[in-house]
Parts: sequence; structure tokens; C-alpha cells
Amino acid sequence: MTGKTKENFNSNYLNYVKTQIPPSRQFRNCLSAFGVGGLICCIGQFIRFMLEYLGLSGDELAGTTSVVLIFLGCLLTGFGVYDRIGRYAGAGSIVPITGFANSVTSPAIEFKTEGWIYGMAAKMFTVAGAIVVFGVCSGAIVGLIYYFI
Amino acid sequence: MKKGNTVFFKNQPRIESFAAICGSKEKEGVIGRYADVTLTDDMYGESTFEKAECKMLTNAISLCIEKGGKTERDVDVLLSGDLLNQIISASFAARDYDLPFLGLYSACSTMSESMMLGAMLVNAGYVKRAIAATGSHFASAERQYRYPLELGCTRPPQAQWTVTGAGGCMIADKKEGIKIVSATMGKVCDYGVTDVNNMGAAMAPAAADTIIRHLKDTGRQPSDYDMILTGDLGALGSRVVKDLTWEKGCDISKVHVDCGEIVYKVIESEFQGGSGAGCSAIVLNSYVLTKMQAGLYKRILFAATGALLSTVSSGQGESIPCISHAVELEL
Repeated sequence: MTGKTKENFNSNYLNYVKTQIPPSRQFRNCLSAFGVGGLICCIGQFIRFMLEYLGLSGDELAGTTSVVLIFLGCLLTGFGVYDRIGRYAGAGSIVPITGFANSVTSPAIEFKTEGWIYGMAAKMFTVAGAIVVFGVCSGAIVGLIYYFI
Repeated sequence: MKKGNTVFFKNQPRIESFAAICGSKEKEGVIGRYADVTLTDDMYGESTFEKAECKMLTNAISLCIEKGGKTERDVDVLLSGDLLNQIISASFAARDYDLPFLGLYSACSTMSESMMLGAMLVNAGYVKRAIAATGSHFASAERQYRYPLELGCTRPPQAQWTVTGAGGCMIADKKEGIKIVSATMGKVCDYGVTDVNNMGAAMAPAAADTIIRHLKDTGRQPSDYDMILTGDLGALGSRVVKDLTWEKGCDISKVHVDCGEIVYKVIESEFQGGSGAGCSAIVLNSYVLTKMQAGLYKRILFAATGALLSTVSSGQGESIPCISHAVELEL
């Protein structure tokens, strides 16, 4: 950790710290992300089959399936279950649509104490805002590329 | 008397009483049996987590006064601070008392800073009795510094868990009890750590710096202490602070204990251990001082550490400046 200049010293210290940090369990995280993410998708598919059985089809079917999944995501967040799943699921619970529902609902619950307008409503998108912005932007770019090809 | 950055208290102010309140998760750990009050629910019967934190701090202060067999009128000043923006918990707790209030902010090292300042005031004879107290709450800190509670995200392995709890002690000009012998004022240290999840590595240099300066000013060896107690470095930071002091030629590994490392029963799900202003406050004001009163420890150096960052500074990519104040306690 010694060094001649301050920058030199700091970078030596940071390199030393890096050796002390326990490695992130990437393999285990990937595995649980695959498992949990896959399970959520399987549940989604099951809901889709059920709705199809009830006579829905096309856009109506896809939309209703999403709505049911979003509802379940919000409900589990409200019950305080979703963050526990998230803690062990790697990214498996963040990527599906239920993760988006969780990222909107959790700040809504959290900031409710600061009032309905300036708290709950205004801060609802503190986490999901980034997803919306970059989702829309990348959607537009991909759309343009698709149009010209 | 002052030597280097260490102040020696000629009149040796005493710790008259101490009190700690801890959350349900902390109750399962080493301090569970020693804390005065343990919370059964994290809301503590309040409508928000911020109010719960304030109530914990208020009750810790009241318990201090009560356990010392005194009333509010006997206390001359209240020194307190916490982690929330504009130190609202401490200020809001102070409005319930008819006491002069000095609000402090030193992040997680508020306990040692307030004890040091309290001892200075008492030693100089400006006040007869001062209360030093601080606290933190997992849910309110998480909301301010990180993400909403219910957001399902994975914590990195170097992360720590903010302690729910509050603790305080009453420092008085009297002749019996645990003495506050000296205090070393901290300097802000920044070794360029920018990872907000790795507080242990950011704060370890500040702790090492203060401990070494203290030993130099007092002319002692680490073995002269029964315990060198750091605040909330966690398991990782504890390893780093031992390495840093060893490099400077003093081996504290035999006597070093970290509050963050011992506060939880199982360290696995909290990763590196506890953090927050309440961490060192509850460990010191329950387990450590009780054992000290019983004669188990004769001399302790209590060096709580604080990371002086805000969400704005870390968002702008600034590194984390840290501080550590040390207080020497003797039976």
C-alpha cells in the first residue's frame, strides 16, 4: 500500500482492497437467476394457457397475461415477499415484467408517508424512470434500424 | 492538556449511566441480553420509520437520565446526531426535552464524537452533566442512501447492514464510575474508495490513522489496552485496519474488536456485518460498558468510524472521505 505520490498511494490501496473483497458468486447467481426467471416465465405461460382456454386470443391474450403478471408482482411487493425472492434470485426476478412492477410499487409504498401527490405519485418512478427512458429510446432506435433494413 | 491531537482530561469525567435500545434482528446477537429495551416490531408503534428512529433515540436519552437516578433538570446539555438528512431524529428528539441541544453530524462516528465533546465540556467545568446519544434505523437509512425497502435487488458481498438501534451515555463530573481519560480528534482520510457498498474499506484508513496517532500521543502499545473497539468496519474493514496498522509498525490484531462484526449473530446474510451510527452506540452502551463495569476490561480505546458521504456526492462520482474519533475509557 505504499506509494510515492498520493495518486500512486491510493491506487495501490484500491488494488489491495480488491483482493480483500469476497468474490461475487457469479455462477450461483446465474443459476438462481435462470431458475427463478424461468419459473416466472413458466407461470406466465401457464396463465397464458389458462386465458387461452377461457377464449382469449391475439393481442387481447398477450395483454391480459401481462396485466395478470404485473398484478401478481405488485401484490407480492405489497406483501413484502418480492424483495425476499429478489435477494436470492440474482437478476432472475428483475428482468421479467414482474420486476418492473416491483420497481414501481416499492417506491410508491416507501414514499407514501410523504403524501399522495409529492410522495407516492411523484416518486413512484425513481427506480423505474430509468427503465422507461432507456426502454423507449432503445425501442425507437431498434425500430428505425428495422425500418431501414 | 493536549499532546499532538490527543486531549488528556485532567478531571477525568465519568460515565454515570448508559442505555441502549436495539431492534429485533440485533436482539438475537451478542448484545441482546444487555440492551435495555428491544423492539418487537421495526415501526416501534409509530406510523413512519423516521418517527420510530426518533422515538428510539428519545427513549435512549430518557433511559440514560432514569438509570443515573437523575431528572431532566440535572442535565446541562444534550449532544446528539444521526444519519438522516439535517439530523432530524436528533433534533426532533431534543424538542421533547427542556435541555440545551448541540446537534452533531459525524455519520457513524457520532457516538465517539459526542462522548469526546461531552467529556471536554465536563472536564473544563462548563457543564456538570452531559448526555451523548445517537441512533440509526435500517429502514430509514436504506431509503435515504439506497433503494426502497421492497425493491427486490441482490446485495453485493461487500455490503453491510444498517443497525436498528439507539444508545447513549451520561457523562458527569463525579468521582466514581468508568473514567474518560483521553480523546483523540479524528482527521478526515480519503484513500479514493468510491464504492458506496464498501464502507469498511473506505473507513479503515481513518480508523488506522486515529488509532496510530492515539498510541503515538499516549506513548503506549496496543497490548496496554484490553480492547481497541472500532465502530462499523465490518469483517472486511477489520482485516484492512489490521493490515494498515501492522504496516505502520503496530500490531493491533490481538486486541481489536469491531462492533459491526460482532453485532449480528449470523454474519452470512448481512455479509460484512452491521453499520450505521446505532451500531457502535448500542454495542458500547450495552455489552461493552456493562462488562467494563463488571471489571472484565480495564482500559478500552473506542474509535468509531464514519463515512462522510451523501447521495449527491456519490452520485457525482466523488470518493468517500471518512473520519474516526477515539475516546479512551478506563475503569
